[in-house]
Amino acid sequence: MNPARQRAALLALNNVPLALFATALLGFGALAPSFLSPANLLNLLVQASATAILATGATFVLLTAGVDLSVGAIMFVAAALSGKLLLAQGWSPPLVLAGMVLLGGLYGVLNGFLVARLGLIAFIATLGTQYLGRGFGMWLTETRAMNLPESFTQLASARCLGVPLPVVVAALVIGLAHGLLIRTPLGRQVYAVGQDAAAARKAGINVPQVLWLVYGVCGLCAGLGGAVALAQIGSVAPTFGMNREFSAIAAAVLGGTSLFGGRGRVWPGTAFGAVLIQAVENGLHNANADPYLYPLVTGGIIFVAVLLDSVRSRLLTALGRRRIRPDEATVANP
Amino acid sequence: MSPLLVFEGITKRFGGVPVLRDITLALPAGITLGLVGENGAGKTTLMNILGGNLRPDAGQMTWDGRSYAPAGPADAAAAGIAFVHQELNLFPNLSIAENLFLTRFPRCGGWPLIHRRALAAETTRWLREVELAAPPDTPVERLSAGERQLVEIARALSSQPRLILFDEPTTSLSDRETRKFFSLLERLRARGLTMIYISHTLEDVLRLSDQVAVLRDGALVAHGPREEFDKDRLVTLMVGRRLDRLFPVRQPAGEPVKPSRAAERADAADQTSQASGRPKVASVSSPSAPVLEVRGLTRSGVVHDISFELHAGEVLGLFGLMGAGRSELAQILFGLEPFERGSIRVRGRPLASPRPIRCLREGMAFLTENRHEDGLALEASIADNLALVTLRRHARHGTGWLNRATLAEAVRGIREAVRLTPTAPDSAPVRTLSGGNQQKVVLGKWLLAQPQVLILDEPTRGIDVGAKFEIYQLILQRAEAGAGVLLISSELEELVGLCDRMLVMRRGELVDELRRAAFDRERILRAALHERSVA
Repeated sequence: MNPARQRAALLALNNVPLALFATALLGFGALAPSFLSPANLLNLLVQASATAILATGATFVLLTAGVDLSVGAIMFVAAALSGKLLLAQGWSPPLVLAGMVLLGGLYGVLNGFLVARLGLIAFIATLGTQYLGRGFGMWLTETRAMNLPESFTQLASARCLGVPLPVVVAALVIGLAHGLLIRTPLGRQVYAVGQDAAAARKAGINVPQVLWLVYGVCGLCAGLGGAVALAQIGSVAPTFGMNREFSAIAAAVLGGTSLFGGRGRVWPGTAFGAVLIQAVENGLHNANADPYLYPLVTGGIIFVAVLLDSVRSRLLTALGRRRIRPDEATVANP
Repeated sequence: MSPLLVFEGITKRFGGVPVLRDITLALPAGITLGLVGENGAGKTTLMNILGGNLRPDAGQMTWDGRSYAPAGPADAAAAGIAFVHQELNLFPNLSIAENLFLTRFPRCGGWPLIHRRALAAETTRWLREVELAAPPDTPVERLSAGERQLVEIARALSSQPRLILFDEPTTSLSDRETRKFFSLLERLRARGLTMIYISHTLEDVLRLSDQVAVLRDGALVAHGPREEFDKDRLVTLMVGRRLDRLFPVRQPAGEPVKPSRAAERADAADQTSQASGRPKVASVSSPSAPVLEVRGLTRSGVVHDISFELHAGEVLGLFGLMGAGRSELAQILFGLEPFERGSIRVRGRPLASPRPIRCLREGMAFLTENRHEDGLALEASIADNLALVTLRRHARHGTGWLNRATLAEAVRGIREAVRLTPTAPDSAPVRTLSGGNQQKVVLGKWLLAQPQVLILDEPTRGIDVGAKFEIYQLILQRAEAGAGVLLISSELEELVGLCDRMLVMRRGELVDELRRAAFDRERILRAALHERSVA
């Protein structure tokens, strides 16, 4: 393929998530008209808010070409501990919420320590902390489910200026994260580290600091996303948060975040990715599809997104290749 | 005027081999120094010492009247020395502005927020300086290679240095971009900026510089005002005989293999043939039949209309400067990169869409220029590395299980044939070997396959003199066993010593062909150097 066509293909690939999103909404709308009703769309946003918060954290880590597999475990530990504090110690719900976020942040810092300081492979390090978190949570709850008091669960149905609180929280997180990534020096350095960590070091960037940041942010988001999910579900079961790291990563990748690092945005990418994942489930439900089909459809969409990501990555490599005969290869800036 | 930068007796060795010998050079402020030399003459090492990437073994530098001993690139930057490197060091996923100011963004007051307007204004200013008409927020990946080079230059300028070093800055530029770049250099010079300009395009060096310095074999052989030099004199100065290089005896090519010559090397050749279990002369074909035939091979932007033949028993050299496209050509021949037009025939049979596995089956072998990245499984054992290519031959019929006895036999045979150090056990990881022994493992791996077409890309890079000589012997043995050898090297001396015929490549094209009797170092180098007629 010549560079001009490669560029055109790249442009198309970069806009695939948006196309997927539009197709999903319109498709489900055609299958079941109730899907596109304002009430259901708002409901969709409420359902997607926890995933969106988790996926925002995952995006930070993916941008550095890392991965955090401990997200679901963080949610579980934080939920188990807050259940104890609410039920046995009688803490007030806002205090418990703050505690969950703080615990998530600390857990993220632990991941950051393992990856940035000890230089462990992120996959293995966070797999380890995943087991650690699950085990600790099991020990805390003695694998019994806990039902949380209404004073806590009503937070999920509270409204702020008419908008459901989970949606408000998700919007705030997305806005803050977007600002951090796009508008601050540290945020831009995250992208540089993800593109080429060795080159970033040579350019004078403090690479470990950037890694601490992304795992810390991912932990904070896991804690907060866990709190939102917990308020919505209303009880701590041993399976709470199970596999949530995968839907978070899937949402980020669907939103155009590259698993190879250095590419992706929280807004609009990851936010739309989270809603898309939720829309598939919600839409299949509205269309009365067999519930056993849900994972098949979701899996198929994720597969397509990952495939497109690797095609894009190959194209970018080809475009970045050095030319020996510049006059032949020069293509005007599109 | 007192000099801005002084090198005094700078000496550097790599593994005992001197790469810089007692360089003493003073650079007055405000002048442009053109620095020329063949590949490996020491230009890059000298610049790495200036940039703080390497420390000299002896000698010192003075910068602006004070002693200067940089501990790292940051020290060089702090002193006001900026580099525009040949390879691009940009982040393609970030914008032009972000690449320029990645570690020193303008901020909003005391907040950790990027001051976007200031960033855009600053960037625009530097882009205007290099005459790149692109918005500051353009992602670098949307730029052509030439435009990226201009961004790199803008980045160097934006640190407002007192000395800028350009290392082959025009190789990625089109003619139009080169013209713009030269007028930029003129403006910078008029402003009194001190510059060092490294290039293989001698016309450019003569036109842009106030002074010229020539390095050869790590020594400064000439330094003076530009008026003292012309292109012929530069070429003569750059070409030098290296007396410390030894080459095995080699007779003119194209002649039938003489019995006496075969007898000369009988013992060594026997080892190779025993190892592979085939009679030695079985594969020697008539010199008229090419084992590799390339016609009009083209890949746009990379190689253009490459045609040549490689005969059985011949060592064919391929010379060119860095970036001439030699390795790219080899990769295309071995099916690692695609091509658009042209044909490749191996032993008379067309190779329509080469893939490494097909090339292997047709009797080709390719030793890559970077043994650490492409040539070896560094953590795997010597035996595993040697057996890698020919492993299938040791699979038992029916079950497919490995016959470890014949495998061990083959490994032992080839170890002796390439004279691998006997102290390392077969199970030792290749990482623990010296560079020379590592290269013998790579070569041995391919020799086990008894290739009829052996492509070698810089086979003696970074290895000591003794190991070099042994590798040369192995190359000649393989040729005498009837293989055609395509030898790519940046060391002219090595090619002159080993080859029957030589091709010269420049900017992706073959520009000259010489038979052994007509080898002329100056003519070869002149052909390899870029000609430029940019007004």
